Formats: sequence, C-alpha cells, structure tokens
Amino acid sequence: MTPIPAAPRVLIVDDHQLFRAGVRSELEGRVDIAGDAATVEDAVREIASLIPDVVLLDVHMPDGGGVEVIRRAAAQGDPPRFLALSVSDAAEDVIGLIRAGARGYVTKTISPDELADAIRRVAEGDAVFSPRLAGFVLDAFAARPDAPVADPELDQLTNREREVLRLLARGYAYKEIAKELFISIKTVETHVSNVLRKLQMSNRYELSRWAADRRLV
Amino acid sequence: MATSPAPTRAGPVLRRDTEHRMLGGVCAGLARHIGIDPIIVRVAFVAAATAGGVGVAVYLLAWVFLPAGDAPATPVWLRTSRGTIEIAVGIAFLALSVLLTFRAFGLLFSDVIVWPLVLVAAGAALLWRQWLGGGAPGGTVARAPERAAAGGDAAAARAGTASVPATRPTLPAAPVTPADRAALVSRTSLGVALVIAAGIAFLSATGSLSAARDVVLSVLVVAVVLAVIFFPWVLRLVRSLTEERAERIRSQERAEMAAHLHDSVLQTLALVQQRSDDPRAVAALARRQERELRAWLSRRAPAAGDPPQLAAALETAASEVERDHGVAVEVVAVGDADLDPPGEALVAAAREAMVNAAKFGGDSTVDVYAEALDGEIQVFVRDRGPGFRPDDLPADRRGVRESIVGRMARHGGRAEIHSAPGAGTEVELTLPRSPP
Repeated sequence: MTPIPAAPRVLIVDDHQLFRAGVRSELEGRVDIAGDAATVEDAVREIASLIPDVVLLDVHMPDGGGVEVIRRAAAQGDPPRFLALSVSDAAEDVIGLIRAGARGYVTKTISPDELADAIRRVAEGDAVFSPRLAGFVLDAFAARPDAPVADPELDQLTNREREVLRLLARGYAYKEIAKELFISIKTVETHVSNVLRKLQMSNRYELSRWAADRRLV
Repeated sequence: MATSPAPTRAGPVLRRDTEHRMLGGVCAGLARHIGIDPIIVRVAFVAAATAGGVGVAVYLLAWVFLPAGDAPATPVWLRTSRGTIEIAVGIAFLALSVLLTFRAFGLLFSDVIVWPLVLVAAGAALLWRQWLGGGAPGGTVARAPERAAAGGDAAAARAGTASVPATRPTLPAAPVTPADRAALVSRTSLGVALVIAAGIAFLSATGSLSAARDVVLSVLVVAVVLAVIFFPWVLRLVRSLTEERAERIRSQERAEMAAHLHDSVLQTLALVQQRSDDPRAVAALARRQERELRAWLSRRAPAAGDPPQLAAALETAASEVERDHGVAVEVVAVGDADLDPPGEALVAAAREAMVNAAKFGGDSTVDVYAEALDGEIQVFVRDRGPGFRPDDLPADRRGVRESIVGRMARHGGRAEIHSAPGAGTEVELTLPRSPP
C-alpha cells in the first residue's frame, strides 16, 4: 500500500466571486485550498507565489481567459497542472483549453465528490475527461476515409483507447471501465493520458478548427 | 469561357476593405472579392494610372461608389450567365445590322461611328450581363444595346457602363471554383477591353485622340487636387458611416439578446423564486433553462427545412424526460444521422429507456451516449440506480418488452439490457444504418 499522498494544494481561478466561494466551501476539507484569484493577472501572480499543485481554471474570463493563464504560467516556467472547470461545454472551449495544456475538463455541474476526485487525479498526473469531452474526442478522431493521416502515431486512436473513450462517454467511471475491459485502473489511466497527449499534439483535422466548426453546426 | 450550368447562389457584395487599406480600401476589397493578393490589384491600378490616368479615375469612382466595411453582405441572388459570350456576339451582330441598315438608307452613320458602336454594344452586353445578372436574360440584355446605341457616342457609352456599378454596386456572385472565377474575370476584362477599344477607335478615327488625352489629363489634375483637399473629410465621413453601421448591427443584436433573455432566463428565475421551497422543481427548472440557453448559444437549432437529425431528436427526448421526471439527462452524441423511420423508432426506444432510468434509477444522472459511425447507430442509456436482474423482469413490464426490445426488433435493430443489483442499468440499442 502506497502512503496516502498529502491533499493537493489547489488554486481556484474564476471571475465570479459567488462561484469561487461555492467551490471553496464544497472542497473545504477534501483538498488543501491555497487561495483563489479573480483575474488572469492575479492568477499568474498567485501561481508564482503559492506554487499550487492544481489550478482550477475557468474558461471565460476577461483578458484572455483560461488559455491566457496557462500560456503565461508556462512562460514563467514549471507550471502547475490545470483542470478546467467551466460552465461552457462548447467544443471550441473544451478543445481550446485542452490544446493549451489543461490536464482535464469538467463542467460546473459536477458533484463535489467527483470534483475532488478529479483534482486528485490531475494532481497525480492523470487526465480527466468528462463524458462530453470524450464524445468530442471520438468525434474529432472519427475515422473519415477522405482525411489524410499525417502521423498515424498521433493522429489515430488505438482500438483500446477508443473503447476506453466510448465507455467514458457512456458515463463509466475509471473503476467500471477497468472492470468492463478486464484491465487495471492504472491501464485505463494510461490510455486516457495517451489520448490527452494525442489531443494536445495531433494535427488531425486541425482540431481547433474542428472545434470551432462544431459551434456552427 | 464555356457555357457553365446555371446554379443559383448567393454571393458577397463587393466592398471596400477598410481594414487592410492603403488608401480607400478599393484594391484590398477588390482583391478579397475575387480572391487574389491585393498587391496584384494595386500594381494593376498603378500601371493603369501611369497609362493615361485611367487607373486613378477608376479608383476614385470605386472609392466613391463602393460601400465600405465588412458588414455582413446581403445575399444577392444571381443567375450565372449562360452563354454570355454568345449573347454578346449576337448583340454585336444585331447592332451592326441595325447600323448598316441605317447607313444603307443614307442616314448619318459613317464608319467612324458604326464600328465603335458595335464594339461598345458587345462589350456592354458582356459587362452589364455580368453586373445585372439577376434580371431576365432577355430584358437585361436587350437594354444594353439600346442604351449604348442611343448614346450615339463612345465616350457617353463608356460613362454609362462605368456608372452601372453605382446604381447597383454588386458584382456577380462570388464564383465558387477557380474555373468559375477565371471565367468571370476573363469575361469582365474582355468586356472592358471591348468598350475601351471602341472609345479609342472612335477618338482616333475622328482625330481627337490627343485632344481627349488633354481633357483626361486636366480632369485628372482637378480630381487629384480635389482628392487632396477633401481627403481627410471623406475619410472621416467613411469612417463614421462604417462605425454607425457597426453600431446599428450591435444594437440590433443586443435587442435580440435582451428579448431572448427576457423570454427565457428571467422567466425561469421568476419561477425559481416562486418555487424555492421545492428543490427538485427548482433543479428541473434550472436544468431545462440551461439546456435551452446552451442550444441557443451554440445555435444548434436546426433551420427550417433541414432534415431532422438523430442527435437533435435525442436532445429533445432527453429534455422532455428531464422535465417530466426531474432527473438530469446528459446526452453526448458522436456523429449524426438523418432521422428516418427506423431512426425515429430508435429515438422512441431510447426515450422509453430514459424514462425507465429516470423512474427507477433513483436521483442519479442519466447518461445517454449516441454514436452514428461505421454502418450502425448505437445508443446507450445508463443510470446508476439500484439495478436489477434482467431475468427477474416481470412479464407485465410492457415498457421494456414492447417499447424497447420489440420496437427495435421490428425495425431491424436489437436492444440489450445490462443490469445487476447495485451496478445500475444500461440499455444498449443498436440499429444497422440504412445506406444513404
């Protein structure tokens, strides 16, 4: 049995004071809340001074939003892990944040237990996909015979990854996926992390444009 | 140049591109309209300017008459001209025959006038048909030689063609394919060349070419002087017009959004306040409003006339179940398909499964996952309720036996129910996809 790791230090970044207070009270006692920030500027400064493990990041904020926070934190060097927590489930927001470097994306309707779980998972270096994000990824990587594949290593999902994503999209938890596919939870986590890596590095269908187009459908 | 089939299509209106302008945005706008590098157009204009000042005159006219900015273009429905060249040639012959007839009667037409007029007629037919393409072929084309001939003077006819864009500042629909575009450009330039050639032919035949050049030069000087004087004023006028237009569009959008928020969000908030003692009802109201607002924000609402789609139908079913049973239903759809009768049966079965999940699944969220890929459509409806042993299902549960399993079987699909006590229930619906 590995020792129980210390609760991850979390920074909450959201421009709505009410929402920050709500998340804080829900997460109190489950994780170590280092602080919160209301603007991109504050967030970048707090990341540098508080050195949190995980940043809970809103997508839409003035002055560039979550993507800008990730970009500037990365420029500072040694960025923390980012978990996007947004009320938006539009494909362009979700894919945009993930492509910028977030380790996961959950919507604000998530339950406190699930949120605490997602934070722990991201703190341990794992990726967190909501069912909708899994659906987006499946859609973006769907086999389309007319689209050329530049780099099969990055631009395609393996069958196993596809199966894992489909189960995520169907609302399965990691534990249930492991049971369904007769693999360990660790293996499920590996698959999901690989998918995240592909999502961030692949050029397939110019993913960002795919996401932007989705809003117009 | 070939006669192309005549699809109807909407195209953007030619506008000056004030964002990427050097002077008035004419070149940038024109380049954007025909889809080439602005530098090409600029070089062409400069070349035209050195060659007798035509470029400057055309540029100033375009500056005056072309609308600025990139406000959304009102779609102009145009018919792509079919056989424009043939029509132009026909009109040229028509004009020639008419003029020759007049000359045979000894009326005042000499060769000096006949040939320029024929050229003008052909060129005008080409150009006007391009610009006025929306009209009936007979009417539009018939007017062209009439006016050109009535002008009786090549210079007047040229002025006439030049003023056409002023009264109707639209170019033909932006061609979709490069071939279309090339055909359009070559037709237009051929028309322009014909008209200019007519003017030069007339002037040289009457021996007044050098005089005309003097006139053009003096007009040019006056135009440049005026342009220098009024440049800042025109600039400010154009800018304020552009801003005003943008502001009007913005305020319209704001009004539309305000109307929508009033009808939806504010209503719901009022209801939430009234029913604040009933958390379940409040949650249901909030969910419904959220779903509606999301659909509105991403404008997923299908346009009238589109074939109904599977994903949209599932969303609708989910929101109905949500409303009736007060349980959150999350729909994730990958791919989409037109909603044919088997697809409708699939949605109905999925809806029944959602109702069951909402009724027996406790308060857990119902996850619906639909995938329309690889020759079949699959829908999974999952809850995290107490679950049951499928074998224990009472025979009188018509919902499952008839509305789900039976319905899928009748439409060539199948339904499987995975459930175990304590592990929730998942209904898996599979429908082979009908070939498109």
